[in-house]
Amino acid sequence: MSDRSRVEEARARRAREDRATRWAAAAFGLAILAALALLGVYLAGGNTQAEGVLLFLTFAAIGLGFGIWVKVVVGPEEIVEDRYPMRSDPEERQAFEEAFEESLDEVAVGGRRRFLVRLLTGVGASLGLALAAPFLSLGPIFSRDARNELFVTAWQRGRRLVTPEGEPLRPTDVIPDQLVTVFPEGAGNPADAQAVLIGTQPGRLDVGSLPDPAGVVEGLVCYSKICTHAGCPVGLYRAAAGELLCPCHQSTFDVNRGAIVLSGPTGRPLPQLPIGVDDDGYLVALGDFTEPVGPSFWNLSQGSRRGGSAE
Amino acid sequence: MSDTPRSVRQAPLDDLARWLDDRLRLAEGSRRYLRKAFPAHWSFLVGEIALFSLIVLLFTGTYLALFYTPDTNLVVYDGPYVPLQGREITAAYESVLRLSFEVRAGLLMRQIHHWAALVFVAAIVVHMLRVFFTGSFRRPRELNWVIGVALLLLAFAAGFTGYSLPDDLLSGTGLRIGYSVLLGIPFIGPLLGFIAIGGEFPGVGVMPRLHVMHVMLIPAGLIALVGAHLLILVRQKHTHKPGPKATERNVVGEPLFPNQTLTSVALFAFTIAVLSLLGGIFEINPVWLYGPYEPFQVFAPSQPDWYMGWLEGLLRLWPAWEPTILGVTIPSTFLPGVVVPGILFGIVFAWPWIEARWITKDRAEHHIAQRPRDVPMRTALGVAGLAFLIVIFVAGSNDVIAADTATGLQAISALLRIAAFVLPILSGWITYRLMVRLRDSHEPVTANEPTDT
Repeated sequence: MSDRSRVEEARARRAREDRATRWAAAAFGLAILAALALLGVYLAGGNTQAEGVLLFLTFAAIGLGFGIWVKVVVGPEEIVEDRYPMRSDPEERQAFEEAFEESLDEVAVGGRRRFLVRLLTGVGASLGLALAAPFLSLGPIFSRDARNELFVTAWQRGRRLVTPEGEPLRPTDVIPDQLVTVFPEGAGNPADAQAVLIGTQPGRLDVGSLPDPAGVVEGLVCYSKICTHAGCPVGLYRAAAGELLCPCHQSTFDVNRGAIVLSGPTGRPLPQLPIGVDDDGYLVALGDFTEPVGPSFWNLSQGSRRGGSAE
Repeated sequence: MSDTPRSVRQAPLDDLARWLDDRLRLAEGSRRYLRKAFPAHWSFLVGEIALFSLIVLLFTGTYLALFYTPDTNLVVYDGPYVPLQGREITAAYESVLRLSFEVRAGLLMRQIHHWAALVFVAAIVVHMLRVFFTGSFRRPRELNWVIGVALLLLAFAAGFTGYSLPDDLLSGTGLRIGYSVLLGIPFIGPLLGFIAIGGEFPGVGVMPRLHVMHVMLIPAGLIALVGAHLLILVRQKHTHKPGPKATERNVVGEPLFPNQTLTSVALFAFTIAVLSLLGGIFEINPVWLYGPYEPFQVFAPSQPDWYMGWLEGLLRLWPAWEPTILGVTIPSTFLPGVVVPGILFGIVFAWPWIEARWITKDRAEHHIAQRPRDVPMRTALGVAGLAFLIVIFVAGSNDVIAADTATGLQAISALLRIAAFVLPILSGWITYRLMVRLRDSHEPVTANEPTDT
């Protein structure tokens, strides 16, 4: 290669780098402008979209500047670095082991040491348990009432069915194909007591298939609203088919046949709330649900640790 | 100073560096890090995107924490969002509405935070796929594989606790499902559930617990594990692609300074840029539309963030089995919600050992990344696992698909159940055949294979 072409090549490279440097500088200049504009938009009252775009411009310009810098001005460079095997040299390892053993021998001799280490393991384990125990305070697990919570709700015999707004209902308030969410009156809408009161289509309710055949009023039937799968409210009612559908995992229940499972992943029907009518003509519960409500748990069937709420 | 060599510059920063070196003896150890080799391939940068997303999450999250109140006491909403005016809502939800509508830059920060969370998990997953399919988890990197998988789990936890905080109708539904799965664990479920949320659902004091986990415990875990991940990376040095110069005893790449440093800065800036654009322009998690959480309300379709989709899909697809054996009920959520994910993650955690024991029978130290064809069985099983995850991920939207395609929900679920078995086997088998043919039809790229160190 002649001196002349070498000079020219150097000059061309120089020009390329100059150009790139100018582009990088322009990018950083844009970043300054965009950042100041961002500040301006914020001070002027703020605008989410404008701020997002300006923040994008600022950082995209910074990235572009650095990108040009590294790709053109710095240029690619390949280096080869030596690697070491991860394991220490055998002598090093041995020397460490010996030094460590020696130090340990100074702490305690022979069998004594092993005994002490065992004791300390015991100390660690018992202290760990004792210190972990206060986490139990996070849940109400020591009182019997609290443990019974999963088995009972606020429904009791004679308690009126009311809407979430607290309005009591007469049988005539619910027409066929209608679904009303109900709570026990005066209980403050507790989540586990939510129930759906459904007006079934005339003649379609198979009373004999219900867990509590006596707990219906003139085509009205009431079930827990909590899906027995993962606990979502069973909020979708396909009136024509008489199906309740859970929007979370699509379990479907047959309203006319004791809310048995038609499809979907849940393993058991919705518990029924037996209902009747009180002396004033309002709908009331005849007791608690026929089974524990909501997602299943392991001792659900051993259950009935129910307090005497049904009487 | 007259005796200073010409090439050494004099600037305030240099003075500071020398001042520090006078006291900490830094130059000696730092010099070789300037020339640390960093493999120059784009796929080595995906993990950095995860790291940069995490940094964005920490900064935006700190900003959000200054305005968020983890308080479920009821207040009457009187802010500018008309549809909710006069409604009784929790203070937590109210603080998120205030942050979104009344705090300048609040909505931007919130949306960038949420987008960054989605990108964070996505980058982790893609990074993990690179490491998996190139065998970069092999000895001596098993430990960093395990830390990486733990980071993915922490990212899930961060995401779940995070989107539960606004106390809107969607987040409350997610919390409800999480509690139900916990409750369903045989023998200890009710205990765990009560300890988790302070009693029967909706419990008491859930928000402060989620809050302290989301802003303190989980970030601390993430930072500690990311730190360990990077320290181990530096200690072990990168793997590198097979190539003419690459051996098991060297690293071929660009120098850490200036090339890799500037590249990383550029990538950091681009990551922030993209997240800003997403957060500014693309609405995400509009909690005001969902309304406040009421335990007796829900809306359809209810779907979690994308990285929870596979769990949601498992819950939806699993058949309705709920046996009671000797008086012990196995709730329908236990197998798909706890056991199957546990087995899946157990396999992923133990993969480096599973592979070394049963597939490659190779326990030697390796530093050259493999191509997927080099170990057809690993690649095939990886693709099969991925196919399974994709099927159950799609199942997490079975109701949306049913609505969009006017096909019956049950037909789609039945189809997906079959696909969950057939597709992994089919795709795994095809991948295996393909990899074997590729492997047999080409010479290895590098002369250093096979290696036995």
